[in-house]
Amino acid sequence: MKFLRDKVDLLKPHFSEGGKLSFLHSTFDAIETFLFVPNHTTKGGAHIKDGIDLKRTMFFVVIALIPALLFGMWNLGYQFHRATGAEATLLENFWHGLLQTLPLIIVSYGVGLAIEMAFAQFKGHPVNEGFLVSGLLIPMVMPVDVPLWMVGVATAFAVVIGKEVFGGTGMNLLNPALTARMFLYIGYTPEMSGEKCWVPLGDQAAVEGYSGATTLGNIASASADGSGWSDSLFSWGTGAMDSIYGTIPGSVAETSVIAILIGAVFLIATGIGSWRIMLSTILGGLAMGAILNLVGGNAWYDMPAWYHLIIGGFMFGAVFMATDPVSAAQTTRGKWIYGFFIGVITVLIRVYNPGYPEGIMMAILLMNVFAPLIDYYVVQSNIKMRLKRVKA
Amino acid sequence: MGKNVKIKRGMDIALEGRPDNTVHNVSAPATYAIKPGDFKGLIPKLSVKQGDKVKAGDCLFVDKGNSAIFFTSPVSGEVAEIVRGDRRAILEVKVKADADVSYKSFDTSGYAGKSRDEVKALMLEAGLWPFIVQRPFGVIADTDVSPKAIHVSGFDSAPLAADLNITLKGEEENLKIGFDILKMLTDGAVHLNVHANKSSDVYAKVTGVQTTEFSGPHPSGLVGVQINNIDPINKGDVVWTIKPQHVAFIGKFFATGIANLEQVVALAGSEVSKPAYYRTRLGASVNTLLVDNLKQDNVRVISGNVLTGSHISEEGYLGFGDNQISVIPEGDQYEMLGWLFPSYPRPTLSSSLPFSKFFKKTFKANTNPHGEERAYVVTGEYEKVLPMDIMPQQLVKAVMAKDLELMENLGIYEVIEEDMALCEFVCTSKIAVQRVLSEGLQLMADES
Repeated sequence: MKFLRDKVDLLKPHFSEGGKLSFLHSTFDAIETFLFVPNHTTKGGAHIKDGIDLKRTMFFVVIALIPALLFGMWNLGYQFHRATGAEATLLENFWHGLLQTLPLIIVSYGVGLAIEMAFAQFKGHPVNEGFLVSGLLIPMVMPVDVPLWMVGVATAFAVVIGKEVFGGTGMNLLNPALTARMFLYIGYTPEMSGEKCWVPLGDQAAVEGYSGATTLGNIASASADGSGWSDSLFSWGTGAMDSIYGTIPGSVAETSVIAILIGAVFLIATGIGSWRIMLSTILGGLAMGAILNLVGGNAWYDMPAWYHLIIGGFMFGAVFMATDPVSAAQTTRGKWIYGFFIGVITVLIRVYNPGYPEGIMMAILLMNVFAPLIDYYVVQSNIKMRLKRVKA
Repeated sequence: MGKNVKIKRGMDIALEGRPDNTVHNVSAPATYAIKPGDFKGLIPKLSVKQGDKVKAGDCLFVDKGNSAIFFTSPVSGEVAEIVRGDRRAILEVKVKADADVSYKSFDTSGYAGKSRDEVKALMLEAGLWPFIVQRPFGVIADTDVSPKAIHVSGFDSAPLAADLNITLKGEEENLKIGFDILKMLTDGAVHLNVHANKSSDVYAKVTGVQTTEFSGPHPSGLVGVQINNIDPINKGDVVWTIKPQHVAFIGKFFATGIANLEQVVALAGSEVSKPAYYRTRLGASVNTLLVDNLKQDNVRVISGNVLTGSHISEEGYLGFGDNQISVIPEGDQYEMLGWLFPSYPRPTLSSSLPFSKFFKKTFKANTNPHGEERAYVVTGEYEKVLPMDIMPQQLVKAVMAKDLELMENLGIYEVIEEDMALCEFVCTSKIAVQRVLSEGLQLMADES
């Protein structure tokens, strides 16, 4: 530790004001504070402070994402080998997925962090840790076949338009990772949906009968042509358990309910993620699904309500996206309302929007926009309580 | 018996160095000081100059805004120095003490028959008025109003706080008289808020007050939290608060006719060799308590508790309202990857530090903030430690936006800095909540 500290102290003057590399001050500062918690002390106010800080908070979210990410990497290889009919070991599957995913992660972090550091330097403030999470979420919610330049452009869009124009970390209205995904979905729909983007086969031939379609896609076409709900509509036609394990095509890390729930338990146990939002999103989805069950009519209506939770990106969105504290509702009561409507709207979009089978992304972004309004009314109720007290 | 209020939200911060339950006498310090900075917004006007002889109870300076409010010397002696800071603001008025304290005497005989104005005049002249704190804003009480109520918190729940059953032992009669005087100052009720499970024997003789029992973690002992739970402050209300040790001063003054500001203070913290209670006097130099009593040099001496107290030097002076001195290590060391792998346990509300949160009982906390200031990201934290019907984060943001109307609507009149000190402690983004709130209170006070 002493050795490393001495090295950092040796370099520090070059990056400080007046040094040759002072234009990289924010970058150096970010690396230094990553390696060492500064030797500052409290000034005024509370003399002691809690051990938690934003670095730890953000890093814990990254840890929570790891089970889903590792499973996603393995699953990419598994889907590929299953589609092409080849035998493969666990490691071969993982390696295949790793090679496909790593470039996405590198591009996302590279582009995003470069922009963040440039903004920090330009505006003279420290680099915020928020992008540690966004930078990993972006590749995790992409179809793996998306071109790298698109990831770069989408990341730049999300950071600049989604975040920095609002004033940076903590000020953004929309979830940055979903902003990136939305940007690509609107601008480059063919690359972001359909049957081919989830499991790129390259020049390999697929086994007979393979489609690559997701469960959501299957149900959407079944609803369109009027055939009813059956378990064969699950991707690969193998029923609900594969959706829970996650051995189905989908965005990089969204498929495994189990891996996502491991992350959820970690987030809730460490107090980092809001269990209120997770729970209310699930309740919202179940409630809307149950109502539609009562209506009945086509495959979407008739699908058991709880299947909504295990197909598509519902769980991933509920656990990792809806809970972003900056773009979510900030009041306790607001969180319940916000989450509940995400669940409701997700199911509504799935069932009623013929153009787009998945709804969680739109639902979260929509509720991101409404979150300040929800908070406004919750705050107003506190104000009214206080005013009423004066009259009493 | 009155109501019983269970405080559920909050947290006790258990620090090493709790004082022994023994009261020691130490040799009287050579100098004492009254610090205008202990009072919010006070602009002092000196009544003495360097070299003047004073008795205990003689006026050192008055409040420029209301020259009836005297700040008196706690001892007899000679005005040794007037310490000034930026723009010649007066920081300390130091008095070099005589070997034996001689007191200025006041005619307090027959106090029970005196009128409110006569009692007020005596308190003002003897320098006891500044003990009364007025809400909103936490300023020295306005001499011209009758408050809606006077609240006294009978216990202290702050980290390493003094046990008032020890510091006020033997003051039972003075407390009774003090509370009788308080009752003369208001047309409303005088509230004494005690702990539900801890002894409140020292208040046994107090009569004619509304008693409410509180239990639960800190900040259950903060008077602001108690007021919010008993009889909240609405717009236009004026409420006074005073600490029990100061009620005892007032009682003693009316019983004896002299302003004897002797008190027992707790000296606590992990860096104190013999943490215990010590008999000293208001405004005393802490030097005599700390000499040969510290484990190391790189320490922070705090007059008051670690959440709200003021940073003083080892030769500094006990703050006007404080009955506690806390000494903790400075945290001016780098910690490699400390945000990820903490190298020593630290107090926390967060389950993300499971070892510290669930397995460690007491902490040797230092002054490192354990992270840098950031924009707000995390939500729902402050609510866990503020047991009031106030939306803390929204209030802080309203202050940051300087939105006066919103601040008022969100209840800024009900809080002062100490009420939100725990919010500052738990803040992931390390926002200086107390400083922000202080700016908000100042803005509101300037407007009204």
